[in-house]
Amino acid sequence: MKCEVCKNKEATIHLTQVVDGVVKKVHLCEQCAAKSGFDVHGPMSITDILLGMGGSETEQPVVPTKVPDRSCPRCHMRRVDFKKTGRLGCPACYEAFEDQLSPLLRVMHRHEQHKGKIPEREREHVQSSNELKVLKERLDKAIEDENYEEAARLRDMIQAFRSGKKQKKSAS
Amino acid sequence: MNTERFLKQPSAWLSDKQADSITVSSRVRLARNRKDSAFPGWAGEEECDRIWQELREVLLACGTLKKPDAVSMADLSTLDKQLLFERHLISREQMERKKGSGVVLRDDESVAAMVNEEDHLRLQCIRPGLDIGTAWEAVNKLDSEIEKTVDYAFSPKIGYLTACPSNVGTGMRASVMLHVPGLVLMNEINAVVKGMAKIGLAVRGLWGEGSEATGNMFQVSNQMTLGEGEADIVRNLEQIVLEIVEHEKNARLRLFERREDVVRDHAGRALGILSNAHILTTKECLDLLSDLRLGIDMGIVTLERPGVINDLLILTQPAHLQKLEGRKLKAEERDIARALLVRSRLKAANKKSDKKQS
Repeated sequence: MKCEVCKNKEATIHLTQVVDGVVKKVHLCEQCAAKSGFDVHGPMSITDILLGMGGSETEQPVVPTKVPDRSCPRCHMRRVDFKKTGRLGCPACYEAFEDQLSPLLRVMHRHEQHKGKIPEREREHVQSSNELKVLKERLDKAIEDENYEEAARLRDMIQAFRSGKKQKKSAS
Repeated sequence: MNTERFLKQPSAWLSDKQADSITVSSRVRLARNRKDSAFPGWAGEEECDRIWQELREVLLACGTLKKPDAVSMADLSTLDKQLLFERHLISREQMERKKGSGVVLRDDESVAAMVNEEDHLRLQCIRPGLDIGTAWEAVNKLDSEIEKTVDYAFSPKIGYLTACPSNVGTGMRASVMLHVPGLVLMNEINAVVKGMAKIGLAVRGLWGEGSEATGNMFQVSNQMTLGEGEADIVRNLEQIVLEIVEHEKNARLRLFERREDVVRDHAGRALGILSNAHILTTKECLDLLSDLRLGIDMGIVTLERPGVINDLLILTQPAHLQKLEGRKLKAEERDIARALLVRSRLKAANKKSDKKQS
């Protein structure tokens, strides 16, 4: 089989890509594969593929830009560092690079919301913040409806909820 | 850590019984990180070392890791690292690391925790046969124990935060190792691999990422970690594996119907060569063990103790051979040592158990 790009050399790299559920096969010779940025010798992770890394050809000289490259406030990893390694610097990077990561995560996992295990200490936090949210919404609604009796009751409940949480914390 | 003991105990993921030898082993791993530290690849050596020291103490105190054994990568020779890698206890990436990273193992090797590989923690449980559920339970238990003292990096939206975005969410990778010579010989394996890619599963070789599928062994694992609960990941993978097992059984039957002579010939030759050869390369050995395994599964060849095939799968690997010999061996010397080991083990496995002697 000849390489699909140069149509000259024997194709030795056979790539299978799944795009929108359709399987596409690409047959390349080693040189053309390397040119299109595939690391033909090592394994590639999906992150590397999606970030378009692994090749040398795409490496462009670093042009100093006026706007400084954004970096993570906690670990100081820069966007360019992440692009280079495909690995983040610290947990806070997820927030710092959210705009870039969100679409990446969508493509990788086809989902956006975590389902599954929640660590014990987060569980209480996630749960109580949800409950608090509901109480606050009811309070707003009561004030809007000028139902002050109900509003006072809800305000007390919210206060009790907050102090209850504190008590629980100091007890444990 | 005394690595000599590994030579005596069978690997946790290889059963002695061979109840269903199409599904060789199951594995579940979780990626976890501490909230307030940089990931290992970005943290400096000093920070890594501090994290390793702290997490080692946490792990050693975990009841799930019965009689745990901890070792730093800095204290292991290249050969011992290779040995742990061959037993699927550390990854290729971990082998490259030195100070500030290590591994903590349960005494029977079934549960292992790598510290400061790509993530601060990689917890794994490996079980013989198709047993993903049990592996998940064990690793989940260890994880719950650790989170009592370690504050994990977690976001309610995208779950456990990991160094590589491809692990975010559950941080869970479940995989099953399959022996599918029928699908390979009937030229149906490519269709199966393609089908699995479509539904978001990855297929790899025997020794994980980037390794070749030698000896007709393939590893099937979930690729996506965000948006699906752990129990669902387990259930889905199990279901797909059972389907592959059916395909494999089917392929074997058709193979036997169409080319019985060839199948018998393959199994017989495998036993003949393995029992008599004086030079065996790793690849030849793995391929012949696959033929022999198929022969036993199909009732063509009988061994008194068929589990010997699982022992040999791991003992014939380069680091194991050199540990057994007690010295470094060149490639050619290993091929000779390998053949000798296979000959003697097969001979022993074929002896009728003699109760008078024991």
